[in-house]
Amino acid sequence: MSTRWETVIGLEVHVELSTETKVWCSCKNEFGAEPNTNVCPVCLALPGSLPVLNVKAVEYTIRAGLALNCQIRRHSKFDRKNYFYADLPAGYQISQYDLPLCYDGYVDITKKDGTTRRIRIQRIHLETDAGKLLHAGDDVTAANYSLVDLNRAGVPLIEIVTEPDLRSAEEAGLFLEKLRSILKYSGVSDVKMEEGSMRCDVNLSVRPAGSSEFGVRTELKNVNSFSAVMRGIEYEEKRHIRTLEEGGQLEQETRSWRDAQGISVLLRSKEDAEDYRYFPEPDLPPLEVSEEEIERIRATLPELPDALMQRLMAEYGLSAYDASVIVAEREYAQWFLHAVELAGADQAKAVANWQINELYRVMNEKGLGPDQIPVTPEQLVGMLKLIDKGTITGKIAKTVFDKMVETGKDAETIVKEEGLTQVADEGELLAIAREVVAANPKVFEDWKAGKQSAAQWFVGQIMKRTRGRANPQLALKLVTQALEEHARK
Amino acid sequence: MSGMTHKLSAARLNRLFLAGELSAVEIAESALSRIAQVEPAVGAFLHVAEEHVIERAKKLDARRKAGDTELGPLAGVPIAVKDNICTCGMPTTCASRILEGYVSPYDATVVERLRASGAMIIGKANMDEFAMGSSGETSAFHVTRNPWDLERVPGGSSSGSAAAVAAGEVPLALGTDTGGSIRQPAAFTGIVGLKPTYGYVSRYGVVAFASSLDQVGPMGRDVEDVARLFEVIAGPDRRDATNAGRTPPALKFGGDPSLTGLRIGVPKEFFGEGIDAGVKARLQEAIAQLAALGAEVEECSLPATEYALHAYYVLALAEASSNLARFDGVRFGYRAAQSGGLNDMYSKTRAEGFGSEVKRRIMLGTYVLSAGHYDAYYRKAQQVRTLVIRDFARAFERYDAVVTPTTPFTAWRIGEKINDPVSMYLGDICTIPVNLAGLPAISVPCGFADGLPVGMQLIGKHFADAQLLQMAWAYQKVTKHHEARPALTEEGGR
Repeated sequence: MSTRWETVIGLEVHVELSTETKVWCSCKNEFGAEPNTNVCPVCLALPGSLPVLNVKAVEYTIRAGLALNCQIRRHSKFDRKNYFYADLPAGYQISQYDLPLCYDGYVDITKKDGTTRRIRIQRIHLETDAGKLLHAGDDVTAANYSLVDLNRAGVPLIEIVTEPDLRSAEEAGLFLEKLRSILKYSGVSDVKMEEGSMRCDVNLSVRPAGSSEFGVRTELKNVNSFSAVMRGIEYEEKRHIRTLEEGGQLEQETRSWRDAQGISVLLRSKEDAEDYRYFPEPDLPPLEVSEEEIERIRATLPELPDALMQRLMAEYGLSAYDASVIVAEREYAQWFLHAVELAGADQAKAVANWQINELYRVMNEKGLGPDQIPVTPEQLVGMLKLIDKGTITGKIAKTVFDKMVETGKDAETIVKEEGLTQVADEGELLAIAREVVAANPKVFEDWKAGKQSAAQWFVGQIMKRTRGRANPQLALKLVTQALEEHARK
Repeated sequence: MSGMTHKLSAARLNRLFLAGELSAVEIAESALSRIAQVEPAVGAFLHVAEEHVIERAKKLDARRKAGDTELGPLAGVPIAVKDNICTCGMPTTCASRILEGYVSPYDATVVERLRASGAMIIGKANMDEFAMGSSGETSAFHVTRNPWDLERVPGGSSSGSAAAVAAGEVPLALGTDTGGSIRQPAAFTGIVGLKPTYGYVSRYGVVAFASSLDQVGPMGRDVEDVARLFEVIAGPDRRDATNAGRTPPALKFGGDPSLTGLRIGVPKEFFGEGIDAGVKARLQEAIAQLAALGAEVEECSLPATEYALHAYYVLALAEASSNLARFDGVRFGYRAAQSGGLNDMYSKTRAEGFGSEVKRRIMLGTYVLSAGHYDAYYRKAQQVRTLVIRDFARAFERYDAVVTPTTPFTAWRIGEKINDPVSMYLGDICTIPVNLAGLPAISVPCGFADGLPVGMQLIGKHFADAQLLQMAWAYQKVTKHHEARPALTEEGGR
């Protein structure tokens, strides 16, 4: 990107809260049910029905706010956002307009070059998800009819709005990753972009580097994955800069991202902007939250990734990189902490190495998500103990680890069944050493001529014969003994 | 006996039923025959649930015969329910084409409570479409006529509820009141109507006009019956977040009627210009009667009154424009014949489904909430609402109640004001401030002006509904205005 220009980005992120029931009625909040089965007069907006607040949704919003370093508003309220769409049963969305529950928060992100940036959160408010439309046709314009599924209507949603503090696609990606991780730690959402439980709109403008004025803004919608957000930003910043450099005029507009084609298209211009006619929701009393309630919620928050990362570095001496990849997912961190608890703090580095080098590798190969860790901390620690006792070698352990993943069996069982126990019997190993020395006179001559690596070659031969089960130190000692014997002959 | 049941009060019917002197089936049949007799002239009902009510009556009779002692305070009492209150098993149309044929899959809380009290819902009462009107004339289906003069309106929006009670079709009816929709038709038809304190009665299942103002209330021919129905419908309901969770005290009437020790304010703003001379005269007599009953009566002032009407129309219509958005043809009710696309379907459905008064109000409400107008209209109106609330709060520091006419004039001729909405809106000037302040108010018959009923409105403190009913009872006890019946009652139509 040209250094003459600076890109200014703000994000609006919608996150579905994982409360058991919807926000205004007691229908189940679940993903993937048969269409229109989790519905009732309230979420269908039948005549006469009224919303009643699910206090869990407020609690979750406050949890999210506290986890994102926000202030919590003691006195807030709900408002109606009015617009017509077939997935919006009441013709208005219950939301919060001028008094969001949470405000003035931040998230710190660490860039690849090691620098840290603070991204301010302007506000978080609680609102209501709409239903889903299924268009009978390739897209909405080609459809003869559309089907409406209102299972999702009334699911609690929070909207997280950042200040325009992001400066690049990289920063936006890091921010979203961090946000996702924090929300997952705080237990308010499963934050799955692929299931639509996290959705994002991008506000972007470009200005001359060093300027403090904002450029003309584009709102980019329909960016449905982290990579789409990043590609969309890169596309838009190029489009803005090209227009500006060609002396063209940008219009304030809303555009839609077409991920498959990698382009954005005009959705509506500023003149067509909707007027949502916000006004206070008369069916709901103002929302009052006590200081005690806020503190009670704060006390239930788990250790969040930033704090945990610092602790892993300080208590267990992990590198910043190792700590960061362990805290990146709540499940990974929990797995690590559990394993260390079982194995002891002195094993923390070993646990981290196995987790990062072997576990992540296997999961990556198998395409497993963080909620599908294939080995338990108990299993890993059981295997580490076998190494520690000298029952298996470090090299064999890798095989054992893969077998644990394949079969789900414990290391001890695998070692027993497969006969992988380390050969530490001096007599047995010495016999093998004598055989291989006798069988390879050429290498023996090399050794005799002073080539040190020749001894290692013989150790390798022993490993081969024992299928890696030989204790490497012992093997070297016995090879040296056999070589010296042979030389004396 | 059964041929005369339409003249009996709900209290009397309940007593006779429980004593085994009248069966529920006899009462229901008698009510149905009265309805058949007068409906062609009055047109109070949109739906008469003949089979339903006979079924229900048979069950009540069986329960009574089986010795059931918990039949309830309205057991054996036929009742009409305004058509904007949801009832399983019969239509709920709000007198609108857009809901023609719509049957709610659930009962409103007040309807559940009616059923639990042993009441027999006999049908759905006509009304102004979506409760938007003061004459009953905006009903999409037919006008309801005033039993006192069939050329005149019965008032609205609870037009059918009021007319059905006044014509002796039912002893009791449920109405709703957003700006006077119970009290004004009660006054026009010479019956008693209570607008309870906002939050006393659940709104769950009541099709919203203006959520912050709507309240369901009882309408009947005397205060005891109205109180009886009020006790049944009022009380906590978790399904309505604006419900106060309060249970009214048990009401008893009796002894010597007296208002001794009570102070009643007479706000001068309600007796100025625009009030009909006959109405004013009846009110002056009524006020003298209150004093004669021992009340200390004084003139007082509610200065924000002159702005209340304007604020009301901004707030009520703003809320209505949003509340009525759900009638979009997608999930229920009327949908226009196959049209171009979603927006086309919306506009055709709503253009064809709503009547002109409803459309006028949706457009006005949409306008006042629009970007650039919100501060000038909605915010300003909220400020006026606060002033109205303060006015009353100040008055109630000194007074137990204030008394006003329910309406500045009596029932007008059908068609007289339908093309002059502003003049019609002005008729609600006495009742509207009460809704803005969320207070309870009752309209009680206080005589006639030129042969047409006049209503006195008593406004009370928040949740002083029981006290208001006691005051109204004392007044009724000594004046007997409520005993007057339209000639229709004797002749079965004019």
